Amino acid sequence: MTALAVPRVPSRFLPVIATFVVFVLTFGAGSVRYEGFASGQIVANLFIDNAFLVVLAVGMTFVILTGGIDLSVGAVVALATMIAAATLRAGWPAWLTILAVLGTGSVLGLGMGLMIHKLRVQPFIATLAGMFLARGLCFVISEESLSIKDPVFRAVATETIELPGEVTITYSVLIALAVVGIAAYVLHLTRFGRSVYAVGGSESSATLMGLATGRVKVGVYVISGFCSALGGLLFSFYMLSGYSLHAVGLELDAIAAVVVGGTLLSGGVGYVVGSVVGVLVLGTVQTIISFEGTLSSWWTKIVIGVLLLAFIALQRLIVHRQRDL
Amino acid sequence: MTEPLTAAQPQPLVDLRGMSVEFPGVKALREVDFRLFPGEVHALMGENGAGKSTLIKALTGVHAPSAGRITLDGAPVSFTGPAQAQAAGISTVYQEVNLCPNLSVAENILLGREPRRLGAINGRAMRARAARLLGRMGLTIDPASALGNHPIAIRQLVAIARAVAVDARVLILDEPTSSLDTDEVDELFRIIRVLRDDGVAVLFVTHFLEQVFAISDRVTVLRNGSRVGEYDTARLTRIELVSAMIGRELGALAEVERRTGDRHAAPTPLLRAQGLGRTGAIAPFDLDLHAGEVVGLAGLLGSGRTELARLLFGADRADTGRLLLDGRPLRLRSPRAAIARGIAFSSEDRKAEGLVTDLTVRDNMILALQAARGWARQVPRRTADELVATYVERLDIRPADPDAVVATLSGGNQQKVLLARWLITRPRLLILDEPTRGIDVGAKAQLQRVIADLAAEGMAVLFVSAELEEVVRISDRIVVLRDRHKVAELSGAGAGVDEVLELIASGRTTAEVGGR
Amino acid sequence: MNRRLLWPALALVALLVLNLVVTPSFFELRIRDGHLFGSLVDVLRNGAPTVLIALGMTLVIATRGIDLSVGAVAAIAGAVACTHLAGGGDAVTGMVLALLVCAVLGLWNGFLVAVLGIQPIIATLVLMIAGRGVAMLLTEGQIVTVDDDVFRQVGAGFVVLPVAILISLAVLGGVALVTRRTALGMLIESVGVNPEASRLAGVRARTIIWTVYVFAALCAGIAGLMISSNVNAADANNAGLWIEMDAILAVVIGGTLLTGGRYSLLGTLLGALTIQTLTTTVYTIGVPPTATLVFKAAVVIVVCLLQAPRGAPVPRREPEVVGS
Repeated sequence: MTALAVPRVPSRFLPVIATFVVFVLTFGAGSVRYEGFASGQIVANLFIDNAFLVVLAVGMTFVILTGGIDLSVGAVVALATMIAAATLRAGWPAWLTILAVLGTGSVLGLGMGLMIHKLRVQPFIATLAGMFLARGLCFVISEESLSIKDPVFRAVATETIELPGEVTITYSVLIALAVVGIAAYVLHLTRFGRSVYAVGGSESSATLMGLATGRVKVGVYVISGFCSALGGLLFSFYMLSGYSLHAVGLELDAIAAVVVGGTLLSGGVGYVVGSVVGVLVLGTVQTIISFEGTLSSWWTKIVIGVLLLAFIALQRLIVHRQRDL
Repeated sequence: MTEPLTAAQPQPLVDLRGMSVEFPGVKALREVDFRLFPGEVHALMGENGAGKSTLIKALTGVHAPSAGRITLDGAPVSFTGPAQAQAAGISTVYQEVNLCPNLSVAENILLGREPRRLGAINGRAMRARAARLLGRMGLTIDPASALGNHPIAIRQLVAIARAVAVDARVLILDEPTSSLDTDEVDELFRIIRVLRDDGVAVLFVTHFLEQVFAISDRVTVLRNGSRVGEYDTARLTRIELVSAMIGRELGALAEVERRTGDRHAAPTPLLRAQGLGRTGAIAPFDLDLHAGEVVGLAGLLGSGRTELARLLFGADRADTGRLLLDGRPLRLRSPRAAIARGIAFSSEDRKAEGLVTDLTVRDNMILALQAARGWARQVPRRTADELVATYVERLDIRPADPDAVVATLSGGNQQKVLLARWLITRPRLLILDEPTRGIDVGAKAQLQRVIADLAAEGMAVLFVSAELEEVVRISDRIVVLRDRHKVAELSGAGAGVDEVLELIASGRTTAEVGGR
Repeated sequence: MNRRLLWPALALVALLVLNLVVTPSFFELRIRDGHLFGSLVDVLRNGAPTVLIALGMTLVIATRGIDLSVGAVAAIAGAVACTHLAGGGDAVTGMVLALLVCAVLGLWNGFLVAVLGIQPIIATLVLMIAGRGVAMLLTEGQIVTVDDDVFRQVGAGFVVLPVAILISLAVLGGVALVTRRTALGMLIESVGVNPEASRLAGVRARTIIWTVYVFAALCAGIAGLMISSNVNAADANNAGLWIEMDAILAVVIGGTLLTGGRYSLLGTLLGALTIQTLTTTVYTIGVPPTATLVFKAAVVIVVCLLQAPRGAPVPRREPEVVGS
């Protein structure tokens, strides 16, 4: 019995590895098929075009790890772009605008978290309310698209950083990568982060173990709200405008990226790195479809749907195997 | 029976006096006294509903007692929850291990108390500390491995390591052995002894007699929420222990006369099990059930009585042996198949597996009949009303309102609704798993009378009960189970409570006594 | 009828009274050319697709499920019918074809949930995302416009009342009848309240779950036909966008818990009408219509507050056993 130590099956890494394999395969397929696909700049572009999605996926990873879901992220992104555009137009300095945006996102997240924890509203419904609220506030601010002319925003948006090999990236990429780093640190090296996993693994056990499950549950929605707002800022760098109909359906992309990245929707298993690779897979699919002139954009959605299905099936297999032990 | 201990001993570490816990409509614990000394293993015994879990929950602050007081090390305490109890040195390991399978072994042991360096969790130090704790218990589990990859036995030991890591003075083990095999139990016991020798007071809940005698120093037996007694294990015999747990319910049901005389079992068996079994649930057994007789299934909790009943109904699938219905082979792939062949099964857990509590009495009663007909062919309203009215009257269900929501009924009436559901399907074989558990004496007597009548009308009944008196009183034959084996079959007419008690308690296997 | 219908009914009445105060003509009904007109008729007509989809959603939610794909399915139904018409096909065939496709999509969802045992929210998310792509594939990314008198009737026609209202009411009546006259309603609730007890009682849970997902997809299909008929076009991108959220909201406002079990079709109808009246109210009291979403959010929060004490879903936890 003492010798019963089971050989370490890295089954928890399996989905992430699978995601990475899928990324390599899709990227490889693109490289074989299109000249100039396998360049460093294409990879860099994946990050540049999806920096905001990376940040959203990070926030969503926290929420999904606890077994919850956040439908509000797309709407909060739109709200962030609107607040940014409107306050800058009103003459606020860039730093104050940024603070206001991040603050709004966090407060919205806090509200939803409290609804879920204190009122025991299902995450689905609470964040649906958040989605309606954020999207509605956008329209209240303005129905028109507002362009952003602030020099600081413009500078951040347009300036590029030269990397070796004539690859350029934007500041948004750096910000997104920093968020990923911080998130990985929090999830793996802090008590809060480990409690996130514990709550997702078994909330009742976590409570009996004396963990502050309430704080964790509220906390992840605050983080997701913050990340959505930050993603919204990156999105406004990318678009240089605020618009109520920005980022419609982006929450689905974020959820898809997280699931394709190997995080279990039932909670407790997953890594932010997986979500980042998930975003890259979605980005690569999009890039391939844009390279292939004849393939139309709707194939993106279909392919994402199929990928989602494949990963859900893979997760079922893994969960089944663990239960059999 | 051994006299309860009164001998002078050192001051108890935990002392419960006059604990009572009430739930709406139920007195789960009645003025129970309980003492736990440092450096002892104390077994808490009792059947389902005896109040074992309630006692533990009252001690750890999950339930608020309605009366009584707790002292810990001489000082009065009252906890508001397990976290507080844990802080005071009382740790509990539950049967369904409350850990996070998605995290590593080390994390599960130290979650919330991880060693940190500069604010960050120090993974290496954490694993080292976990390894030390495990090592102290003589375990060599890799602390970095995921808990979910380990079998349940290891998880149980990890849970104990976690409980010990907080410097527990009292360790409560709530049925830790129910899913372990012999080697694993030995390992667990070795660790319990190590802890005991360190001066930890261990409260051990189990329903396996062998284990009580193997590990415990003293035993407290509960029945129906009351304390039957506190005994010194070394001076206690098995038979005394068993009769304390399930024996003689004093005179409560004396008025229900034994009435098996007017029944005539059919000569050929209705259902015949040959070598039927399921790994981990019940060893292969033979059993014949005849129309017109009541067969009682006696045995302790965990003896395999529920598992046996479930196999006959197809609620679980057998992996060996076969079933014959009217002499023809029968394969049960699902409960649906069993129902179609006239077999009915009322589960012991009427809330989780029996009633649809949000629905009405009527809906619950006709559910099985309706399910058999499929959704498209509704049981005509008038037929349903007639059936429901018939059984509400026959079983004396109160309130006699078919539109009452079942959740609002008392336990006894809920049980009758469940029985009615099956009687409406006109079964040839009725399997009742602890139909009388947790219901009042009046309802109990009524149910027993109904069961006797049904058999007299020609139904075959398999009756599972934790109460020996009851089984002996209403059965024509008694099948005795012990440790997931069928150990004996007795003719009810000749069997007395003492004989069955002895079979359950001892290791002696009788050849088929009596026969037909 | 019962307490659960009290709040949605009160909310609806309050909104109607508010409308009456702001625009006294709100309750006026006129008959012109044998057609009934008026604000109330508009509310009903605009709410018809939501009512339909919410009906299907109610049964799905009663079995502890959820169907996120209904909006996408609605878009597919419109796309199938319109491309068939645009290709010179006949309207009736086109609509039948569309509904057949929807039934297949419902079977797919039911397969994932009932057979593979995937959580409903994830299982239907697949079709929610991929479905829009499929709809766009059918319309080749274009907005397919059609001009067919028969097809126009579904969304814009009148038989005294708008045909869309009549269809929704017919489906409501049909479902109410079927769930009462057959045992479907009771078995759905029984599976939703206690799946294990239902299994042991011999209920074919798989069939039941499959049935409700197919039904939800069919409702979504009819709603999709209404939506595209109303504008004489199939817009794969925007047809039925977020209608699944409105439908879920309607069900929740109507007092059916997301945790399954007892459901109320009447409550769902009240919920859907409340949402639609809210939209209309926002418009009539002069707030920019785009702010409707803020009010919707407010309604969700208020409903949650009202339901919180009794309707709170219990977090994942083993049932507490008394005694033992």
